[in-house]
Amino acid sequence: MGIEEHLGYNVLTTTLEKIVDWGRKSSLWPCTFGLACCAIEMIVTAANRWDIARFGMEAFRASPRQADLMIVAGTVCKKMMPAIKRIYEQMTEPKWVIAMGACASSGGIFDSYPVVQGIDLYLPVDVYIPGCPPRPEGLLYGILKLHEKILQDPFLTKQYRDKLAARREAA
Amino acid sequence: MHLAADLLKKQFPSEIVEVVEFRGDTTVVVKPERIRDICRFLRDDPTVAFKYLSMIAGLDYFPESPRFAVVYNLYSHQNHDRLTLKAYLASATAPAIDSVTSVWATADWHEREAYDLMGIRFKGHPNLKRILLPEDWKGHPLRKEYPQRGDQDAATWVNRRIDAKK
Repeated sequence: MGIEEHLGYNVLTTTLEKIVDWGRKSSLWPCTFGLACCAIEMIVTAANRWDIARFGMEAFRASPRQADLMIVAGTVCKKMMPAIKRIYEQMTEPKWVIAMGACASSGGIFDSYPVVQGIDLYLPVDVYIPGCPPRPEGLLYGILKLHEKILQDPFLTKQYRDKLAARREAA
Repeated sequence: MHLAADLLKKQFPSEIVEVVEFRGDTTVVVKPERIRDICRFLRDDPTVAFKYLSMIAGLDYFPESPRFAVVYNLYSHQNHDRLTLKAYLASATAPAIDSVTSVWATADWHEREAYDLMGIRFKGHPNLKRILLPEDWKGHPLRKEYPQRGDQDAATWVNRRIDAKK
């Protein structure tokens, strides 16, 4: 049964970075919250037809302290933004942000006084997913792109530590 | 003419400005001073029995004068009938009218909404504060002179709120 049969009693070598990045990308836990119609697409992405569990991501965490991926799904009102910023700050490092849909990316059609014109004004966004709303395939594609990004994350380098320090400084 | 309009003309002859009939809908334009008495009469009269207030709307006719108006949409379950009351407000800077919360309790939130977005004051309202926008918001966004993307205060509101929480 399983991969053990093929490997036998052997030793595999890899780099620490690779195995940790692989672990991180294989069990991203998104934070449970949705803001508008994009959230409906996010919900069906988690349901059986598209089945986000294939990527080790079925555990949507209600507590931001147990989540490491924030999917901002929907229109962000200014009144809501401080709460989202707070949830982001409560999430533990390392953490990633996906701006799902036109509204989260740029304000979308709501070019008016109550709507945040793109969450990247307040949060460091890793992946932008266009669409109004994006289909579940779109969200999954964005998540796979994020997986690629995480796999290439050289977190033991000085460059990475400097980036992290800069981010903490900014927050 | 609508039965309620006839009754109003008889009961409040000096308050009725005009009655507009359009495609089966009746709008009675009234003076704002005795709006609470008019509403109470329409609610309590057994023949028309407008016991339900569907909504209150604020209107901004800038740059016309009078600039602001308040519209009451009434409904009678007994007669399956609708009536619209409309009152133009005299002031273009500080529009105000009596609150009808003592007639229909549901007017509470409707009047707060009109106050929040239009800046119309409802005299005698028990709790007239913002209902949709944050309590420290400046200005009334549905007024015609309010910029669509918000003023400088609106642009910096989120940053101020985030800084305040730190």
